[in-house]
Amino acid sequence: MSLRRLLDNLEPHFHKGGRYEKWYSLYEAVDTIFYKPADVTKTTSHVRDGVDLKRIMITVWLCTFPAMFFGMYNVGYQANTILAELGQAGLEGWRGALVAALTSHNPASIWDNFLLGAAYFVPIYATVFIVGGFWEVLFAIKRGHEVNEGFFVTSVLFSLACPPDLPLWQAALGISFGVVIGKEVFGGTGKNFLNPALVGRAFLFFAYPADMSGDAVWTVVDGYSGATPLSIVAQEGMTALSGHVTWMDAFLGFEQGSIGETSALALAIGGVILLITGIASTRIVLGVIIGTIITTLVYNWAGSDSSNPMFAVPFWWHFVMGGYALGLFFMATDPVSASMTNTGKWWFGALIGFMVVTIRVVNPAFPEGMMLAILFANMFAPTIDYFVVQSNIKRRLARG
Amino acid sequence: MEHFLSLFVRTVFIENMALAFFLGMCSFLALSKKINAAIGLGIAVIVVQAVTVPANNLILNYLLKEDALAWAGVSGVDLTFLTFISFIGVIAAIVQIMEMVMDKYLPALYNALGVFLPLITVNCVIMGGSLFMVERDYTFGESIVYGVGSGAGWALAILLLASVREKLKYSDVPEGLRGLGITFITVGLMSLGFMSFGGISL
Repeated sequence: MSLRRLLDNLEPHFHKGGRYEKWYSLYEAVDTIFYKPADVTKTTSHVRDGVDLKRIMITVWLCTFPAMFFGMYNVGYQANTILAELGQAGLEGWRGALVAALTSHNPASIWDNFLLGAAYFVPIYATVFIVGGFWEVLFAIKRGHEVNEGFFVTSVLFSLACPPDLPLWQAALGISFGVVIGKEVFGGTGKNFLNPALVGRAFLFFAYPADMSGDAVWTVVDGYSGATPLSIVAQEGMTALSGHVTWMDAFLGFEQGSIGETSALALAIGGVILLITGIASTRIVLGVIIGTIITTLVYNWAGSDSSNPMFAVPFWWHFVMGGYALGLFFMATDPVSASMTNTGKWWFGALIGFMVVTIRVVNPAFPEGMMLAILFANMFAPTIDYFVVQSNIKRRLARG
Repeated sequence: MEHFLSLFVRTVFIENMALAFFLGMCSFLALSKKINAAIGLGIAVIVVQAVTVPANNLILNYLLKEDALAWAGVSGVDLTFLTFISFIGVIAAIVQIMEMVMDKYLPALYNALGVFLPLITVNCVIMGGSLFMVERDYTFGESIVYGVGSGAGWALAILLLASVREKLKYSDVPEGLRGLGITFITVGLMSLGFMSFGGISL
């Protein structure tokens, strides 16, 4: 218990009047990483539960790990395959030198692929974590609230949603916008109305479309354009897609895309844990799936003679393409920005399902739609709640 | 029919008056604190818009445009310089009538809206809607759809903003940003969400 004693000895310095009074939120953050918070509810009515905000956030963070590790492997696998195809020896830049010093470029070797992917993902994640953490701590100190594990989740989700080739300064800019404008101006964790990771991602998407979309950004090999399945379908149709990836490939994640979004399987592993533990709402997830299926069937039926090939995409392909699984399990279920009421969660989910298919099919400007669909539904969440509550009030009044 | 439907969807979502064109901001920001008042104002704007845009369309096409008076046997007269003043006249009259109707039948809403009800007269959405109608050469049928659609889009936006703001009542906004400041940021983020429709051509 020497760690406990060490922390206890330090504590008086951080209290009011102490030498490091200003840094209390930092001390509190370190303390509660190792031990549970000392504060307990003092008034009469309260719920006792082993789960608190910190545990929830850490669980979500851990649940992203399968997707994160698979994402690193896939980035390397895609790059090494392309390098072997093009007959190039290695990559340019400092990452290329680093990878070349440590390992070779063999697409059949798990280790080689993983290391190459890590050389791209780790710098992005580190940048996001440090820059975002800086804002978090700055606001915590200045405004006197605590540093919160919610940021672990925001930072990892933001990094996983970025293309692997993203310039680091853009990663820094995006997470700054997400954390400050998306969350901290509203007062920090739990007080925002949009998902901060998505706000940052959407900001980058609209501010630097050349680095966030198109065909050239999904692989780290310079000058090679590898289109994502969604843009292949949008441009050439479903039959052309089968020449590039099979459904199983897309489900397992061997396709082009943002770092953490490719593998529906890895995301589902984390997602199912979240559903079982009750952290992610099953209602929202089912709502999104039902909304997607119905909307897709309607478009399939309505657009059977349309020249737009996206109309013909079946729903099981929608599930595995693009950021669908990442958004479904980790972003749509964000308890802060989703609807609060149980009935509202169904509608909220269905709205996301409807919007994601609509954006993918009808909007030629954006091949991907999950991010924007969730942001859009976040805006509607309070309104949905309002009408659910009003109808409950009306029903109960009628019951007398 | 399909043409009218796509025009309606476009005016409500893609070319949303508040969140894509940022028109009608004054009452949009000022009256979005309470959901009930926002719904009331939204409906009022829909009604005014649905009446004024088609009315202005008729006035433009049968009175003001060059040779529009041909049906009365007068030719070679171009009264388009009277467009603005006659549009404003129509808008003011409709708003006045609506105000009296509300005062009589919906006194609670009438009091909640206060000075902003007569101010619908100078709401940019109303005048903007009529001017867009002129610019895009809408037919009478289209102008009805456009009037209802643009009003409904604005009403939807103020309903969303009002519910977000009711939720944000529990937020801990930094001192200097409280009130209008955070509302501006909220509206900006909302219009980021509405950009998901940008690029759709119906």
